[in-house]
Amino acid sequence: MLLAVLSGFLLAIAAPWLCPLFKDRVGWFMALLPASLFLYFASMLPEVAAHGPQVVEYSWFPALGITLNFLIDGLSLMFALLISGIGTFILIYAGGYLKGHPDLARFYVLILSFMASMMGLVLSENLITLFVFWELTSITSYLLIGFNHEDPAARRSALQGLFVTVAGGLALLAGLIMLGTVAGTYSLSEILNSGEALQDHGLFTAILLCILAGCFTKSAQVPLHFWLPNAMAAPTPVSAYLHSATMVKAGVYLLARLNPAFGEAELWTLMLCLFGGLTMFTGAFMALTHTGLKKMLAYSTIMALGTLVMLIGIGTPTAMIAFACFLFGHSLYKGALFMVAGILDHETGTKDVAAMGGLRGLMPYTAIFAAIAALSLAGLPPLFGFVAKELMLEAVLEAPLLQNLLLVLAVGAGVCVMVVAAVIAIKPFYGPLKPTPKDPHEAPPSMLAGPVVLATLSLLFGLLLFIPESLLIEPVVAAVYGEPVAVSLSLWHGINLPLMLSGLVLLLGIGVFLFWSRIQPQIAILREFLGRFGPEAGYFKIMEGLTKGATWQTSVLQNGKMGNYMIVLVLTTFMLTGYTLMERQGLRLWLDLGGSQVHEWMVAVLLVMAGGVASLTSSRLGAVASMGVLGFSVALVFILFSAPDLGITQVLVETLTVILLVLVLFRLPGFVRLSSTYERVRDAVVALFAGAVVTLLVLAVIEIQYFESISAFHIENSVTLGYGRNIVNVILVDFRALDTLGEIFVLALAAIGVYSMIKFRPEAKEKS
Amino acid sequence: MKSNTLILQTAAIYITPLQLLFSVFLLLRGHDEPGGGFIAGLMASSAFVLYMFSYGVTATRNLFKIVPVDMLALGLILGMISGLPAMFLGQPFLQAQWWDIPLLGDATLKLSTPLIFDIGVYLAVIGTTLMIVVALMESETDHPSGNGD
Repeated sequence: MLLAVLSGFLLAIAAPWLCPLFKDRVGWFMALLPASLFLYFASMLPEVAAHGPQVVEYSWFPALGITLNFLIDGLSLMFALLISGIGTFILIYAGGYLKGHPDLARFYVLILSFMASMMGLVLSENLITLFVFWELTSITSYLLIGFNHEDPAARRSALQGLFVTVAGGLALLAGLIMLGTVAGTYSLSEILNSGEALQDHGLFTAILLCILAGCFTKSAQVPLHFWLPNAMAAPTPVSAYLHSATMVKAGVYLLARLNPAFGEAELWTLMLCLFGGLTMFTGAFMALTHTGLKKMLAYSTIMALGTLVMLIGIGTPTAMIAFACFLFGHSLYKGALFMVAGILDHETGTKDVAAMGGLRGLMPYTAIFAAIAALSLAGLPPLFGFVAKELMLEAVLEAPLLQNLLLVLAVGAGVCVMVVAAVIAIKPFYGPLKPTPKDPHEAPPSMLAGPVVLATLSLLFGLLLFIPESLLIEPVVAAVYGEPVAVSLSLWHGINLPLMLSGLVLLLGIGVFLFWSRIQPQIAILREFLGRFGPEAGYFKIMEGLTKGATWQTSVLQNGKMGNYMIVLVLTTFMLTGYTLMERQGLRLWLDLGGSQVHEWMVAVLLVMAGGVASLTSSRLGAVASMGVLGFSVALVFILFSAPDLGITQVLVETLTVILLVLVLFRLPGFVRLSSTYERVRDAVVALFAGAVVTLLVLAVIEIQYFESISAFHIENSVTLGYGRNIVNVILVDFRALDTLGEIFVLALAAIGVYSMIKFRPEAKEKS
Repeated sequence: MKSNTLILQTAAIYITPLQLLFSVFLLLRGHDEPGGGFIAGLMASSAFVLYMFSYGVTATRNLFKIVPVDMLALGLILGMISGLPAMFLGQPFLQAQWWDIPLLGDATLKLSTPLIFDIGVYLAVIGTTLMIVVALMESETDHPSGNGD
């Protein structure tokens, strides 16, 4: 199981070497992995359908309660099958689509890593593990959208997608941590059983909103949907895989996953129904306003995501069955349609449907399978999409909240989608042949394999409903609903309200389609308006504000003046320390000086004098020398109070510091007075303040003992456990060796920093 | 920067090796008596710095069998490696391991992963210090006038 999840990462590492080895056949070879994963997960289906969820356990961070457990139930298995199944065709397809691309290896590294991350996401049983994989999908998605990294638009879109999803991801992290704290466990299967306790908790609303923020951004819900169409800057295999079939469904997955625990809450139902419904309609409508094939498909994906969210929100058994069917159906036809869009783009050189026509004769297979997939998208019998859509309408009719609104939105979305499906299936393939930038011909088998198989499955499962029924849909419904539900799917339900609504949608859809090319100009105006005032404009405003804020903050905090940095650091540190001291301990000004000896007094006086000279002298060398005196006096203090190790260290460090300072001193310009009297007084005040706080702190420390000192442990165990009599050293190299290891790495970093500051300066570059 | 004092140069010839020897002594006895990798590293660095002051940076560079940056890297690697034996034995990373190797007569040689770790610290400290000092000294020779920028 662990291997099944991580094998994608392993193959990703090997991809750069495999690509030159297999040349043009590399896609077929890579596809062997997801194909075998598909078979592996498919072999689990009967077991899960019969015996319910299973947990496979691996320990990861036992101390933090983070496990690498995998939960295998209907929902995760359905997703795993989609990821591996569609992944197989995407990898084959990409081999054809990106044939000869110089960065093909990088593409496979990224997409395989993505696949593994997605697999981990849907199979994780632990919230933290789930989140780790969740973020991994965001990062791989970012890199894949920006795959054509020389194109500034692609980079911008990639960054936009990353910002939106990662901002949501942060909210999600907060939500998951609160959820884990409230539930007392990060284990999903335990959380799902403690739904009522969760809903009674005071933090429940906060948890819910945070998690929804994460899911809504990931699954492109209104008003944060705009990143998804922009993500179409990615190569088509990526769009088909990440931004249609898998990643964008991660949010939907998490919502479905948590539904048994959250579903009872009214806020949950309201939010999901409202945002899902609005997204469904917005997506469908926006799809209508575009002529770019990929954009149309992207918006119709938003429609599907909205529908899925809404169905989870409705929460009745029918809605859950509709959810499972819609999820499955959508992945099949949308994967196929995206690949068709990629074929058309690849073969004709344009993405605009209005610029294509009459390709049926040249690309007969593409035309047929595009039509089948589009029929499923439109929701016409006898395809699987029809079953899903009928169930969706039926579910909407029994929605507990906002029923009328949802019904209107659903019918409206249905009409738009019908038109979009018709445009995709008819415009490029029928009518007179239009000239295109490239000479079109039928796609190679590697690119046709995906659309053919997926579209055929849409048809096959529509006709043979009993295959998915008990094997796939029933376990999914059980997982999402929280308890088993009997599922029986059929194409013909008799003449009922959903069927009549479908008929209405069909008629309206045909009507709008006939006028499609005529209403385009009006729609273009509307689109411009939305571009100026829509949510995306808000995103740009926020980003602009962020840049401005950062500029302002940098000019204040990091203005390049050393003195300024020091003041900020010193003031922050000592004000906080001083405040804590006052708050917790109060002042203590009295110090028992009895028993002090003459030589101790001498050292103390020496210290004070050296400090005074260092800060008052006008000679640099004098300042360095008196700093040295200060340091050696401190070393003397250590030795007087029997800490020889510290004493020796201090002496050595002091020696080297003085040497370093002297070396640096030669590099500085002459000693001139650059600061005003005001600045000098200010600096003196800050310095005195810091000194005062430290003095008070030291006075207070004498009598504070918050925790039991661990010295006793060290003294006791140094010889027995550490085999050493020098406790300081035993602590350094044995008891707290990990700290020391960290410290020597810090040393190394500091050395590299200093080295590069000295060595790599502009003038040094000119010389070489 | 290079001093032309005969006294310092003559002294450095004798003191530098002694200091280095002493640093190894500090390193090895560190587990039981005052000393240890950190102190020994500083001691060794100051030995080289003394030599550098007497004979200049080029002469000191010629003295190194390993350049400071490699010493630093070696130190980090040793530090990491010393944690591995414990992992192979199924214990937490960096858990100390001890081996007593009998020598001639009654003497035994106490070898341990903390010792390897300490040597790593020793090398890392020397590497860091020398890297910085050498860089500073060399930039010194680059700009004899000492004008800043």
